[in-house]
Amino acid sequence: MTLVSGWGRFPVVDTEMLRPRAFASVADAIVSGTVARGNGRAYGDAAIGTVTTLTMTGFDRIRWFDPATGRIRLEAGVLLSDLIETFGPRGFLPFVLPGTRFVSVGGAIAADVHGKNHHCEGGFGRYVDSILLRTGEGELIEASREQNSDAFFATIGGMGLTGVILEATLRLRKVETGWIRERVISASDLDAAMRALDAGDAATYSVAWIDCAARGKDLGRSLIYLGEHAGKDELPAGAAAFPAGKHPGLGVPIDLPSMTLNRFSIRVFNELYYRMGARRAGGSHVVSLYPYFFPLDSLADWNRIYGKRGFLQHQCVIPENGARDVLGEILGRVARRGDASFLAVLKKLGEGEGILSFPLPGYTLALDFPVRGDILNFLDEIDRLVVAAGGRLYLAKDARQSRETLEAGYPALPRFNAIRKALDPAGNIRSKLSQRLFDEV
Amino acid sequence: MTSRKSVLVLGGSSDIGRATARAFAKAGYDVGLAGRDVGALEPDAADLRARYDVEVGVHTFDVLDTASFEGFVAGLAALPDVVISIVGLLGVQESAQSDLAQATAIMRSNYEGPALILGLFAEKFLGRGSGTLVGVSSVAGDRGRASNYVYGSAKAGFSAFLSGLRARASRGGVHVVTVKPGFVRTRMTEGMKLIGPLTVEAPVVGAEILRAVESKTDIVYVSGRWRLVMLIIKTLPEAVFKKLKF
Repeated sequence: MTLVSGWGRFPVVDTEMLRPRAFASVADAIVSGTVARGNGRAYGDAAIGTVTTLTMTGFDRIRWFDPATGRIRLEAGVLLSDLIETFGPRGFLPFVLPGTRFVSVGGAIAADVHGKNHHCEGGFGRYVDSILLRTGEGELIEASREQNSDAFFATIGGMGLTGVILEATLRLRKVETGWIRERVISASDLDAAMRALDAGDAATYSVAWIDCAARGKDLGRSLIYLGEHAGKDELPAGAAAFPAGKHPGLGVPIDLPSMTLNRFSIRVFNELYYRMGARRAGGSHVVSLYPYFFPLDSLADWNRIYGKRGFLQHQCVIPENGARDVLGEILGRVARRGDASFLAVLKKLGEGEGILSFPLPGYTLALDFPVRGDILNFLDEIDRLVVAAGGRLYLAKDARQSRETLEAGYPALPRFNAIRKALDPAGNIRSKLSQRLFDEV
Repeated sequence: MTSRKSVLVLGGSSDIGRATARAFAKAGYDVGLAGRDVGALEPDAADLRARYDVEVGVHTFDVLDTASFEGFVAGLAALPDVVISIVGLLGVQESAQSDLAQATAIMRSNYEGPALILGLFAEKFLGRGSGTLVGVSSVAGDRGRASNYVYGSAKAGFSAFLSGLRARASRGGVHVVTVKPGFVRTRMTEGMKLIGPLTVEAPVVGAEILRAVESKTDIVYVSGRWRLVMLIIKTLPEAVFKKLKF
């Protein structure tokens, strides 16, 4: 047995880690209490089997690629970073790029990850044409919108609970360059930030970074980053059409003492970040896709900043109507508490693709908290605000929500459970997350 | 035929073989993958074609079947620019100490086969007056240690062969690279206790082999730290060394 955790390093649990090398051995490896794991970037307990965890990153082959259409068939362990580096220079990128490129395709499908373009282009699942799935029964099925469509829509956003994703066919986006024309807008409070995001609906990419240490009249002050794919004629003189992605060299080599993040350091960081960003606000400029989409990827192992007890990311989505008041209330409580991190992100979402996909039309707010003190109680109270507003939490980030919160937020849950049951009557596919939130007790 | 450079990877389905083939294909080389099971090589060949739009062929090659080597070389449609031998067998030292069949397999897989096939290509390359040969040996060949001297001695033989071949072939326009990877996280080392700072991933080895070929490096310790570690291990007096268990 091995002690394993998600990216948030909480909780840490015991599981048997297996690394199958052939699809045939995946079927043999599925026992009662198995779930697949990609690159381990889900924050909580989603990719940890109750008994066995199958690491899929060895399955990293491209089956075929059609440059005429941008369609690609690949094994589920291929990382988005690999797709970007390999196909970017050939003029193709994934349609949806989440906040880290170090996620597997299988993981991106299972969490139906979203990017800064969700408000207008949807999530990762929208660009999946078909999925090869090994069910808990050991059956091999190809699922698409036309064939086994229940399994298809349950697998997109289904947190790996419909079976082991082996392969997928995706559509890639044709791009002229690997650069983004970015426009930064500074917003002095929450109302201004939400107005700026609404005004940014027409932009392909939009996201707001919130200074969550700001209080009073400054509550919710933000920097909004809008982006468009840049054409070749917009690049700085001498720039390569596709920039090289630096592999994170400098990392966080040790667990920092948990006091590193305190009221004072967070306030200082947020203040500096806001002022530096505000200076760039107004005009537009061209930046490499790497810092635009993946600002934190440049710091390897940044999760160690929170110390060895780990951290919790709380990501909720609130339906558009009434979102302003709820977001204001949450941010006010977080600012009073004082230990929210330097990563607070607000962005607009559209409709989700899968039955259990996280997105719904509204605003999503993501906050990090170190695991300490009464944080669990504090977040339970935040959850009550989210549920009352008709919102829900992102399972890929979750390590602690209650069954009540899940059930209130995901009305399609009974349908998902029925499809899961049909695919896996014995209930072999089970993760620590499903044990906590889904499975019959 | 294309005017691109070409590489032949012997042991193409191993983790280091796959990573090396990717590094060369990415740099624009056409690739030949050779291994015992051609069927197992096909998915990797398809992967390289899809990724890098290069030509990829697969070939049956068994490092223990030395009688087939001349036919194997003669059967290639064209003589590649670069030949890389990644084949090897770690085995289990404890059983190899008393099991002659296993010891023989380790010695033949790590020394006899790789040396003979690269030696054969060396003759062809010298006849042409160009080419690069790469042998993946091991830091284990730098000094025979109590815990893996059967494997280590075979790698020592291979390293010595490459060293001599390099000296001879360099006068004929042919370059020989010796690669000593150290610990690499692969199927071969799965379950072994590896020392983090001395361990690399297979793609790092692939990138280093490409760099060594293009820059005509002679001997590559993939992680520079190993050069220092092995220098210390090599200079320990025998009286001290023989008391060590590692």
